[in-house]
Amino acid sequence: MCAIAGIVHFDGRTDSPEVEDLRAMISRIRHRGPEEFGCYRDHHTGLVHARLALIDIATGQQPLSNEDGTLWIAFNGEIYNYIELAKELEKLGHRFRTHSDTEVVVHAYEAWGNECFSRFNGDWAAALWDRTRRRLVLSRDRIGVRPLFLHRQGQRLWFASEVKALFALPVIPREFDPRGMEQTFTSWAPIAPVTPFRGIEEIPPACIRTYDREGILHERIFWQPSYPCRDAEHKNALSLPEATEALREKLERATTLRMLRADVPVGSYLSGGLDSSLTARLGRRAKQGDFRTFSLRFSDAEFDETEFQRAMAATLDSAHVEVCVSRADIARVFPAVVMHAEKPILRTAPAPMYLLSEAVRSAGIKAVLTGEGADEMFGGYDIFREAKIREFWARQPESRIRPRLFERIYPYLARSPQHTKGLAQEFWRRGLDHAGRPGFSHEPRWTSTSGVKRFFSQELRSAIAREQLPDLLTSLPSSFNAWDQLAKAQYLEIVTLLSPYLISSQGDRMLMAHSVEGRFPFLDVNVMEFANGLPPAFKLCGLSEKHILKRAAEGMIPATIIQRQKQPYRAPDAISFLLPEPPEYVREAFSEDALRKSGLFDVAATRMLFNKCIAKAKEAGSVMPFSNTDNMSFVGILSSQLLHASLSTCIGMDRGTDIHFTTEVDALSPRHVQRNRVQEAYET
Amino acid sequence: MKREVIVETTTDFIRKNFLFDDKVNLGECDSLLGAGILDSTGVLELIAFLELTYGVSFKDEELVAENFDSIAKIAGFVSGKIGNPVG
Repeated sequence: MCAIAGIVHFDGRTDSPEVEDLRAMISRIRHRGPEEFGCYRDHHTGLVHARLALIDIATGQQPLSNEDGTLWIAFNGEIYNYIELAKELEKLGHRFRTHSDTEVVVHAYEAWGNECFSRFNGDWAAALWDRTRRRLVLSRDRIGVRPLFLHRQGQRLWFASEVKALFALPVIPREFDPRGMEQTFTSWAPIAPVTPFRGIEEIPPACIRTYDREGILHERIFWQPSYPCRDAEHKNALSLPEATEALREKLERATTLRMLRADVPVGSYLSGGLDSSLTARLGRRAKQGDFRTFSLRFSDAEFDETEFQRAMAATLDSAHVEVCVSRADIARVFPAVVMHAEKPILRTAPAPMYLLSEAVRSAGIKAVLTGEGADEMFGGYDIFREAKIREFWARQPESRIRPRLFERIYPYLARSPQHTKGLAQEFWRRGLDHAGRPGFSHEPRWTSTSGVKRFFSQELRSAIAREQLPDLLTSLPSSFNAWDQLAKAQYLEIVTLLSPYLISSQGDRMLMAHSVEGRFPFLDVNVMEFANGLPPAFKLCGLSEKHILKRAAEGMIPATIIQRQKQPYRAPDAISFLLPEPPEYVREAFSEDALRKSGLFDVAATRMLFNKCIAKAKEAGSVMPFSNTDNMSFVGILSSQLLHASLSTCIGMDRGTDIHFTTEVDALSPRHVQRNRVQEAYET
Repeated sequence: MKREVIVETTTDFIRKNFLFDDKVNLGECDSLLGAGILDSTGVLELIAFLELTYGVSFKDEELVAENFDSIAKIAGFVSGKIGNPVG
């Protein structure tokens, strides 16, 4: 796991990328790879790399090249099937000098060109520089686990793992993009290529971007979640028991690869739910010796799952580490969390994940398995069950019986006073008359999140109105309409939430803040494609979620964990910042001055919200919780304000002068500086 | 108590607590739930306000969307309660 950055000048040889700029860029993201630094430069291109060594510790330094130094790479991530690919490439005559997966990418690209990426099973953000053809290739993995951003000005291009590396250079503009705000306050995060920042693009998941010698862009999406058509005949369809067995094998293989393809110990997160319990169990089986597990506890009982975590840890016989998070902890780390996420966030849930990765790092572990992705692939979320009921209800909108099915998925409703039921129904009734619309499953959520936009300033509203907003719902895969309702909802969930928020703001960014790599067995390409091909009823059976996964887990994890009511991962939100007193930075972010300065939010409205929240928190013995809208508004505004303030402060003096390149290849240096063990291995 | 007073007071409360804008145009008949102005916790806040301000109390079965979906409905419902105090 690592950080990468680079500069490409497509025009002439007169003005080459500066090594000092590369140094400044990589310095800002050294948390992703604090162990070794490397740099490559020629007339047109500079590549720079910060390393967190997990595979081939001795010779896996980067940037790295092919045999004759015509193809260079800066790579972040892991290709878990690299050993199998290396064997294939050796048969084709390729020779390897290291035992790293990165070198496999170089040779795979030589052998198969852009087709190589669809052969990779793993998570990556890669930059390849083909010196002979003067061609730059940028690519990300299928789900977009590893980040990659870029900025283009004429014939110049800058790219980096995180935006802060781009912002290290004064030449890069730094302002908010209204489109990023609009998307964040609809579906929780900007969807690539849109980012919160104007002029900064995020390479979309599963994307291959090729820039030729004139700097002309060719883009290709090589993979997307795809599902069988509704009425498709399932040829050779597996029975449920057969499919369960096949799933077990695929998950085992996916987890084993992620445990064994590492030259350091791999630990595991343990949330107390089905998914991480299963990956931890399979991880435990895959490798002899010590096994470390890590869990988040909450001082707020409402969010806590300690009992189940301990039960699972006991069956694993793991060295178990618990991190107990309080409201004060969340408030304390929140500014750092926002700086790492580099996006406004509407929930505090990433903050505990930031604290958890800190504990992992302190325990000396550099990589962890997590259960992320299971809910998206196997239909685990309530939004899928809601959509199923809403579709059923939409066929008979006057029915008073059909909406009572919501009581089955939210048992508290059955016990609730009438008004809660009535309101809940009003909420889900939204868009009921549009059951055929592609966004049907997600409209209630998008509408309620959009409520926060009432705080947008006039200025921001006008800016949004002027922008051409990319519309996700008009650029769906051509077969989308032929998919089952569950498949459509899964697709939207993956594209709008998993990739841009869960795996990013709450995943990679929080892990890498403390130099820890996340490994996700449920996002293994074979697991994902198998899951996507299953009949919907294997996933959501009636209203029972993750049906096949629960069956696959039988006998491997305690029945109490398989059968327990699913608990969504949440953390205390607005209340974290209000008691006993709001921290100074919170008061500052909500101050008239700061609100005027950012221009993002209506000053009077936001002040009213702030005062309302303070008053509410102080109501003695108040049992009334904050409403969902107030929580999202408070956290969303606070994080936007913090992020905006950082734009003017992050023009630091940090040029990374303390960074020492252990790998340095400079084609421009009069001495042709070349300190690279791979190259040396060649020459001797 | 006059219905107009209830309308005015309730409108003011909704503006300040849910719309965060004390001048915004809010029609008596605008749907509060359909427009996403109130979510379920928001309705609890509103009910607490009405009970405290008008000294009325609501039974569970009265707490249906029909009674709270617009300012007009709220005003009608509350003034009815004040006119005919129950239990």
